[in-house]
Amino acid sequence: MSRRKPSAVTLVLASIPFVAMCFTVPLWDRVYPMLLGLPFNLFWLVAWVMLSSVCLAIAYRLERARDRADEPGS
Amino acid sequence: MSAAAVSLAEILLIVAAGTAIGFLGAGRRRMDLEEWTVGGRGFGVVLLFLLSAGEVYTTFAFLGASGWAYSRGGPTLYVLAYLTLASVVSFFILPEIWEAGRRHGMQTQSDFFTSRYRNRYLAGIVCLVGIASFVPYLQLQLTGVGIIVEVASFGAIGRAPAMAVAVALLVAFVFAGGVRAVAWVSMVKDALMLLAAFAIGIGVPLIHFGGIGAMFTALAHAHPRHLTMPGATTNLGHAWFISTVLLTSLGLYMWPHMFAATFTARSADALRRNAVVMPLYSLTLAFMFFAGFAAVLIVPRLSDGDLALLTVVRQSFPPWFLGIIGGAGALTAMVPAAILILTAATLFAKNLFRPLFAPDMSDDNVARLARATVVVLGLLSLALAASSSTTLVSLLLMGYAGVSQFFPGVVLGLYWRRITTAGVFAGLVSGVAAAVVLMLAHHDPVLGLSAGFVALCLNFLIAVCTSLLTPGADHEPHRADP
Repeated sequence: MSRRKPSAVTLVLASIPFVAMCFTVPLWDRVYPMLLGLPFNLFWLVAWVMLSSVCLAIAYRLERARDRADEPGS
Repeated sequence: MSAAAVSLAEILLIVAAGTAIGFLGAGRRRMDLEEWTVGGRGFGVVLLFLLSAGEVYTTFAFLGASGWAYSRGGPTLYVLAYLTLASVVSFFILPEIWEAGRRHGMQTQSDFFTSRYRNRYLAGIVCLVGIASFVPYLQLQLTGVGIIVEVASFGAIGRAPAMAVAVALLVAFVFAGGVRAVAWVSMVKDALMLLAAFAIGIGVPLIHFGGIGAMFTALAHAHPRHLTMPGATTNLGHAWFISTVLLTSLGLYMWPHMFAATFTARSADALRRNAVVMPLYSLTLAFMFFAGFAAVLIVPRLSDGDLALLTVVRQSFPPWFLGIIGGAGALTAMVPAAILILTAATLFAKNLFRPLFAPDMSDDNVARLARATVVVLGLLSLALAASSSTTLVSLLLMGYAGVSQFFPGVVLGLYWRRITTAGVFAGLVSGVAAAVVLMLAHHDPVLGLSAGFVALCLNFLIAVCTSLLTPGADHEPHRADP
C-alpha cells in the first residue's frame, strides 16, 4: 500500500514556520523593539517555537480527520 | 564537608540514580536483537518523547548553545530555529519511515537503504558515513562530560577519570538494557536539565542585573552588535543562518540514531504527536542563551567559550547547586553517548560484519556481537575524546554535514518513483566528498553559505540528474514497501 500524500492545507501549515523562522531572517534580526525583556530576534524565535507547535497541532488534527474519513470502521 | 566534597557527592549520586533507573526500566526482558535495538517497537508517546529529547538535547544544549551565545552572539539563535523546523520535517517523513520499517523489520538506517535500493554497497557506504559522522558527535559528548564534572567538582575529579567513569556506566546500562534503558535514564536527565535550565537562565541575570530584561538592556548598550547576526563573527550572516538552518533541520533525523529511534515507536500516530510537542522542549535552550549572554558582561575574555556557562554558574550559585548542575550535565552527555554507541554497534554487527563476513549469522548472534561491540566502542571513544580540541559547535556541524547527505536518498526514495540506485549513490558520494573537501580546506562557510548545505544541494542535483539518465526505476520497488 502506498500512503496518500499529505493534504495541501497541511503542507501550507508546515511551510509557515519555515518562512517565519528561516527565510525572513533579515526582517526580524534586530535588537529593538525589545519585547518582554528580550531582544526582538530572540522574542520572535521564542514566539514562533510556540506558534510552530500550534501549526503542527492543527496539521495533526486535519491529517487524523482525513485518516478516519479514508478508512471508515478502522 | 568541603564544597568540593559536597559537589562531588551530588554528582556521583545523580549519575548513580540515573544508571540504576536505566537498569530497572529495562527490567528482565529477553534481550533479542529487536528488543535491544528498537525496544520491540513498543514505545508509546511518553517513552518516545524521552528518547528523542534524550537524543536531541545533548551536552551541546548545555555548553555549546551558551558557549556560542557567549563567543559568537547572534548566530547562536540558529539553534532555536533548526530544532523547531526539524520537528516540522519529522512530522511528514518519520511516519513514512516507520511504516516501511514495520513492513520490512528494519532496525537501522542502513536496513532502510538495503531494503529500498537493494544494493549492499550503498547500504555499506551509508553505514560507514554514519559511523564516521558519529566520531565528532561522540567526542563532543565525552569532552562535555569531562569539562562539566571537572568544573562542577572544583577540580576534584579530572577530565580523564570523569570520562572513564561515565563511559563504564553507560556501557553497562546499554549492554544490559539496550535502547529501553537509554530512554529511562533520559527521564532523570530531562527532569534535571529542565530544572537546571530554568534556575540558570533566570537566576544568573537576576543575581547580577536584577532581571533578564535588564541584562539584555545592559548588553545591548555595552556591545550593540553582539545580539544580532553576524554578532562577534565576520562571516556568520543571514545567508549562513538560512543555509545552516536548512541543512541542520533536514539533517537532524538523518543521524543514524535519530533515524533508528523512529522504529521504536508503537505507531505512526505516536511519531506525529511527538513532532507536535518537541518544539516546546527547545525553549529550554533560550534559557541557556540567557546565561551565555549574561556571561559576556560577567566573565569577559574567557579563552574557551564552552566554559562560559559553568564559569558563570560557579560565580553565581552556592557550591551545593553546582553539584546538581554537574550531575545533570554528566547525564546529559551520557544519554546521547549511550545511544550513539548502541547505534554504531548495531550498524557494525548487522550491516557491516554480517553481510561481509558471516551471511549465515542468526539474529541472536548479531545481538551478541553488537553487545560485545558496545564494550569495544566505549574504550575506543575514550581514546578519541582524549585528543579532542575543536569547540563543541564546530564539531557538531561537521557531523551534520556528513549525515545530511542521506537526506536525498531517504526522501526521494520515499516520494519519487523515478529515483535510481545509481542516482542516490552518485549524489551521496559527491555530497560527502564536497563536504569533506570544503571543511578540511577551511572553506566553511563558503560564499557566506554553510559548506554542508552547498554539498547537500550538489548531492540533490546529482541524484536527480543521474536518476533521470539511468534506467531501472520500473524494475525496482517504488517505495520501501512491496
